[in-house]
Amino acid sequence: MSEAVRPVADYATDFDHHGAEWVADPYPIIEDLRRRCPVARTERYGGAWMPVRHEDVAAIAYDTERFSSRTVVVGHTRPPRDIAPVGVAPPISSDPPFHHGARRVLLPAFSPQAIAKLEPGTRAFCEELLDRLEGRDVVDGAAEFAQHIPVRVIADMLGFPQEDADLFRGFVHDVLEGVNDPLEERFEKVQALFAYLEAQVQDHVTNPRDDLTSYLLEAEMDGERLTPRHVVGTMALLLLAGIDTTWSAIGASLWHLARTPADRERLVAEPELLPTAIEELLRAYAPVTMARLVKEDTTWNGCEMRADDWVLLSFPAANRDPEVFEDADRVVIDREVNRHAAFGLGPHRCLGSHLARMELRVALETWLARFPDFSLADPDAVVWSPGQVRGPRRLPLAVHR
Amino acid sequence: MRVRVDRDRCQGHGRCYSLAPELFEPDEVGDGVVVGDGVVAPGQEEAARRAALNCPEQAVVIEEDA
Repeated sequence: MSEAVRPVADYATDFDHHGAEWVADPYPIIEDLRRRCPVARTERYGGAWMPVRHEDVAAIAYDTERFSSRTVVVGHTRPPRDIAPVGVAPPISSDPPFHHGARRVLLPAFSPQAIAKLEPGTRAFCEELLDRLEGRDVVDGAAEFAQHIPVRVIADMLGFPQEDADLFRGFVHDVLEGVNDPLEERFEKVQALFAYLEAQVQDHVTNPRDDLTSYLLEAEMDGERLTPRHVVGTMALLLLAGIDTTWSAIGASLWHLARTPADRERLVAEPELLPTAIEELLRAYAPVTMARLVKEDTTWNGCEMRADDWVLLSFPAANRDPEVFEDADRVVIDREVNRHAAFGLGPHRCLGSHLARMELRVALETWLARFPDFSLADPDAVVWSPGQVRGPRRLPLAVHR
Repeated sequence: MRVRVDRDRCQGHGRCYSLAPELFEPDEVGDGVVVGDGVVAPGQEEAARRAALNCPEQAVVIEEDA
């Protein structure tokens, strides 16, 4: 169990992205911070900053000289500095120049051309999930639909057994939501993840096959095979980063459509609008907040940042900045100009963005075709995840026929 | 009108080739590249502008004819 989060007195000086109000709805807090200070501060987690303006989030995302990615999940401890430039889960945790090569190895597997090949299988799996929900009056759009899609897709890509799906979801929870767990417990959980991955590597060494794990074991960077630590770290990234992020995006989209009949009806009537609407839903409910570590003491935008302070890169806050988006707080599903940053900015742009968009589109297409009319069964029963990946984890939906 | 992609800015978000597939296509890593010489055919001007206005990195450059 996570330790209870100490109540937050003022998000400008004492913010906590695991705080109860933040988890329930961060957007009013973000708007308050936008008016009062463009960069929030907290002494929690050993010291952290959080800019809320798009311009500031972008500046830090681009500034790999002063801000390191050696870990991107805020916790109570920092990994040792000498873990850079590789980091625990390359390339998300890598800094230049290592980052470029480690990312280059993976990009072809996540290109739009490669992802298009996964669409028929993803669609068939969504239909299978929907078949199981047929005939029910209330279904959980998050727990019974959204969460299963990215788990299946990434398990297939990596060549892991489908029956290990529950295990993967446990790893995601432990690593991303368990940052307030006692350290010893947290360490043990991360060890369990790496032990699982080692076993998968061993299995693929013995029986190579046509999947991402075997690809990584054969891949070269600068003319040399990837180190075992690099391979396992990248597998951890691919397994964890794609699951709760996409699950969150699908769930948040269903949540919006459940409570906004006009948008839902329009998408049912005009399915060709879905790709545009998806970009808007990604903007308005961006699931992911990244983090950086300050490399050396520095003054940034008037903030006296100390080495090893965290900086939260709130893409959700950037995406609601009225300086960049007209009617930033309104969801406009046919928004034509939408330079949103849901997949980040700069060299660490989400590697899986084309995969995530495909999963989100196929999930919504199949859901809306099957259940065109639905609403929140009980708004108070919706539970949102805490921390840096935000989405509904319980989403009871009433399906109307 | 011509379009080009600033390769130093492009990070492979893919908005240009999704919104204006006649003008842009993905390379092998998913970065955007122009189709042909980047000259915008009549009727494609609006697609070109949409691609530029939706690029998160502002990497799509439109050059209006002098």
